[in-house]
Amino acid sequence: MTGQRLELEGRGLMCERGGRFVLDGLSFVARGGAPLVITGPNGAGKSTLLRVVAGFLPLAGGQLVFTGQPFGADEALAPDQLHYIGHMDSVKPALSVWDHLAFWARYMGAEPGSVDRALAGFDLERLAALPGAVLSAGQKRRVALARLLLSERPLWLLDEPSVSLDAAARATLSHVITDQCAKGGVVLVTSHEPLALPGAAELSLAPTPQAGAA
Amino acid sequence: MDRHAARPHTTTTGWDTQTRISPWRAFRALVARDLKLATAQGAGGLQVVVFFAVVVTLIPFGLGPDVALLQRIAPGLLWVALILASLLTFDRLFQADFEDGSLDGLVCGPLSMEGVVLAKACAHWLTNALPLIVATPVLALLLNMDMGVLGFLILTLLVGTPGLTLIGALGAGLSVGVRRAGILIALLVMPLYVPVLIFAIGAIEQAQRNLDAGGGLNLMEPNALFLAAASLVAGLVGVLAAAAGLRLHIGG
Repeated sequence: MTGQRLELEGRGLMCERGGRFVLDGLSFVARGGAPLVITGPNGAGKSTLLRVVAGFLPLAGGQLVFTGQPFGADEALAPDQLHYIGHMDSVKPALSVWDHLAFWARYMGAEPGSVDRALAGFDLERLAALPGAVLSAGQKRRVALARLLLSERPLWLLDEPSVSLDAAARATLSHVITDQCAKGGVVLVTSHEPLALPGAAELSLAPTPQAGAA
Repeated sequence: MDRHAARPHTTTTGWDTQTRISPWRAFRALVARDLKLATAQGAGGLQVVVFFAVVVTLIPFGLGPDVALLQRIAPGLLWVALILASLLTFDRLFQADFEDGSLDGLVCGPLSMEGVVLAKACAHWLTNALPLIVATPVLALLLNMDMGVLGFLILTLLVGTPGLTLIGALGAGLSVGVRRAGILIALLVMPLYVPVLIFAIGAIEQAQRNLDAGGGLNLMEPNALFLAAASLVAGLVGVLAAAAGLRLHIGG
């Protein structure tokens, strides 16, 4: 990491889903060092915002800039810049926890030792040999989150990461996010349950009008 | 390809990702994972082979035990039965990765969507099409097929099935959000199989004529070349369309 301060900025973001603008001229700034917690009622566009930043959803208008590097309209952010962990855990019933993380490590080009680090980070060592099929919801969630520790990425997009986690695992997650921010990373996290994130900034999304805007 | 890419990587924002961004390595990792999943989940590939065998053995019951007739129609019969069997295999190609969120993670990696499609299609070919091709000689014996023609049939299958697999990927990619997409995929895909099938059968018939005339096999014969071209074009269209379909669905 160099001295450059990381920053994700959205300017006038527009995103249309199902005939209405879920994001309607949204602007925000997320600075490295402090997590940005995105709050709002169901359907306010929290997940949509993260999926737009990840490049899964097209922008209908506006501009995204990551540390001086514009993206969004035509091109996505380079794949080595971000971790996206969505609602779903991507755990395969037939693969063991270790195999799951070893695959993602190889896929993302991380060194093999990173698997042990990721297992340790989310307290998964004792589950390493178990197949995904026998894991509980909270355990699957931890396996999904452990992907964050396989390789260093400056931008994290976490969609409801604390769902079905117990108190200890939520504390671990807060700790992992705080660590990433201490390194200067940018973290966008949506959450209904409050996470203990010191120094977090908040972006509150208003509910979108239900009437068709398009 | 490793040679180009395997170096410690620092992003444009100066963040050391501690990774070696290598599309080729990611490709191999994805193929290996899908092979592992296919073997762990058991008899999927085997079931398809059994289906193939059952279809082929049913035909003599329908047509009567006319050995000369069976011998004459054997290549076309085996090709069509193989196509029917392979149609059963595509509905889960992207479905699981789409539903459990793996696809989101995969496109955040070093492979483009086209790369993901190609890697998954490779693993699919190895676990589904290849077992069918391996089973073909046994079933050809059942139909009393000429051994020289059998060799050429296997060759047309090896050339044609990669194209068929990628066309199947097209059907699977376009219908990935649809429940019970099997029949929809079959309807989408079967018309696109026609060129490959026509040229494969044309090539085999030509080989049969050459053998009957006492000549050898000619791999540079027009039908065989058209088969290779049809498979290539089908594959290209399949990869691009499947990737476009998947992109649309993860944005949906």
